[in-house]
Amino acid sequence: MQLDVRFPIGALFSVYGLILILWGILRDLPQRQAGGGPGINLEWGTALLAFGLLMLFLARRRQSRETGREPSGK
Amino acid sequence: MNLTAIDWLLIAIYFVFVLGIGVALKRQMKTSTDYFLAGRSIPAWICGLAFISANLGAQEVIGMGASGAKYGIATSHFYWIGAIPAMVFVGVFMMPFYYGSRARSVPEYLRLRFDEKTRALNAISFAIMTVFSSGISMYAMAKLIQTLHILDVPLRQAGLDVSWTFHIAIVASGLVVLVYILLGGLTSAIYNEVLQFFLIVAGFLPLVWMGLRSVGGWNGLKASLGPGYTHAWIGMGSPQTNRLGVEWTGLCLGLGFVLSFGYWCTDFLVVQRAMAADSMESARRTPLIAAFPKMLFPALVILPGLVAMAVPATLATHAADARLGVNMQRERGIIPFKVDPASNRPQVDSHGNPVLDYDLAVPSMLLRFYPTGMLGLGITALLASFMSGMAGNVTAFNTVCTYDIYQSYIRPKASDRHYLAVGRAVTVAGIALSIIAAYAASQFNNIMDVLQLVFAFVNAPLFATFLLGMFWKRTTGHGAFAGLLGGTAAAAVHQGLTLPNGAVPGIKGGWLGVLHLYPSEMAQNFWTAIFAWTTCFVLTILVSLLTKAPDEKGLVGLVYSMTPRQKATDEHWYQRPAYLGLIALAATLALNLMFR
Repeated sequence: MQLDVRFPIGALFSVYGLILILWGILRDLPQRQAGGGPGINLEWGTALLAFGLLMLFLARRRQSRETGREPSGK
Repeated sequence: MNLTAIDWLLIAIYFVFVLGIGVALKRQMKTSTDYFLAGRSIPAWICGLAFISANLGAQEVIGMGASGAKYGIATSHFYWIGAIPAMVFVGVFMMPFYYGSRARSVPEYLRLRFDEKTRALNAISFAIMTVFSSGISMYAMAKLIQTLHILDVPLRQAGLDVSWTFHIAIVASGLVVLVYILLGGLTSAIYNEVLQFFLIVAGFLPLVWMGLRSVGGWNGLKASLGPGYTHAWIGMGSPQTNRLGVEWTGLCLGLGFVLSFGYWCTDFLVVQRAMAADSMESARRTPLIAAFPKMLFPALVILPGLVAMAVPATLATHAADARLGVNMQRERGIIPFKVDPASNRPQVDSHGNPVLDYDLAVPSMLLRFYPTGMLGLGITALLASFMSGMAGNVTAFNTVCTYDIYQSYIRPKASDRHYLAVGRAVTVAGIALSIIAAYAASQFNNIMDVLQLVFAFVNAPLFATFLLGMFWKRTTGHGAFAGLLGGTAAAAVHQGLTLPNGAVPGIKGGWLGVLHLYPSEMAQNFWTAIFAWTTCFVLTILVSLLTKAPDEKGLVGLVYSMTPRQKATDEHWYQRPAYLGLIALAATLALNLMFR
């Protein structure tokens, strides 16, 4: 079966998301003044992680559907 | 630019994934069809994203930001007039013949429809052009890495001189692209283009958001830059009243018709992405799906250029200006002035004012708004666009060289495995040639300008040939061949007889004598294309009528009137090409009205 492109995309964005979130918490947060917001690394890292997980979920769902369909003969 | 460890980490992870995709796909590359056409097995949405990403290379991301800073939102014409209508046309009307004929490349379609000489002309000129564009894009990337001093710190730590930057950037990017195409062929290129699409969005969307917020949103941008920058259509009545220096007829006919249809409907680089689709329906939907993100791209790649002109200048901007000896303390804009490498002084225009280095608009924005972390993501997005632009050229090059040149003229009846091996060898050769071209560009800037001019002459008439070939069954091979040569000659003659205002005769035109002055170089380019197209169109018809009509039986599946209409399958109405196309056109019209 062909590699679903959503696996590498999902994995890359999840890793990017996690790194930016960690960087945002460990480095940015201590330096920010009160009321300054969480910072772009943390905010966008969260968005990227969510996107990455969604891609992984979609790829996984297709894969399990296809393996489920296989025995019924196609 | 000082990148920290976290930025390097993000860049490194990207390279691991790029190469990993190649490795994962290696097992699938069993036949030449797998390698050159991705086994014709790719779903429509993936082909669609690859279709626009292959075009979104170095020149595009950096160049569109630069044009945004220079011309304003009118740069969107390159998308809304200069891409969407042609993308809809190729999906709705032309794809049935490209995909349906089972041609493996655009030159091969010309062979099926016309004759051997028309195919050879197209295949050879296309192969030369792709190698040079890939070299030029390599050169642009290496130059940018050098200008931004990205590699300075790591090089110094390794005890090397910073002058190595250029060589390292070229060789490293060449190697990475080589490895992933060698392993995974077109599938690898397409997957990486899709990855690049999402990286560009991920890397640039926050930039647009933060940039716009800092200048008070769209209304703030309007107030600080004025209406000339924020309207796409107002002032298009005359070249004197808009920033592009073109009137609407030249824009619509030259850019919107000749150049745009010539590129999106006939250039194998993009058409190859649709030919890789898993079915006729997917192939037709490919450019239509691509049209939707494409129409929104101005927000992503052009807006940062406008913002770079509008944000308040920083202390760093003033310091950089002062270092160059420009003491004007500008209030707005963060784009540095262009440095003359010979004297290390700012370059000046004909009035003696220093000119901005618009190509640095996007990088300046990244530096201004992104903290470390996000900066690594932004640079990765830029690198990704450079590399997949190059990879797109290389995959188109190896296919045309293997099928249309090697298999047709050198060794016609070898085994499929042989062609697969040849394809891999051609990939290596293609990258080696690109590297040579990149060095040629760095040595002789003028040669590259001449070459790009010649490419423009060759490309301008192409769409007339395809239009007549697909929709008029009487068109003959002799007609097509004569039309292409005549059109290219007409382009050269027109360019040689005209000159943009303020330019000196030479590479900019007028080398045959100056009959007409155009208000801008852009206007001259558009009208050169219009002349070339018209000459090709008329000449093809005349020569076709004078030569023997082609055998109608041989035209089934290649010409509109000779091909049975496809019955609509049981897809939903919104999946049908005609409806999708109409929705894309209506949405584009709405965008034009909003930003008129």
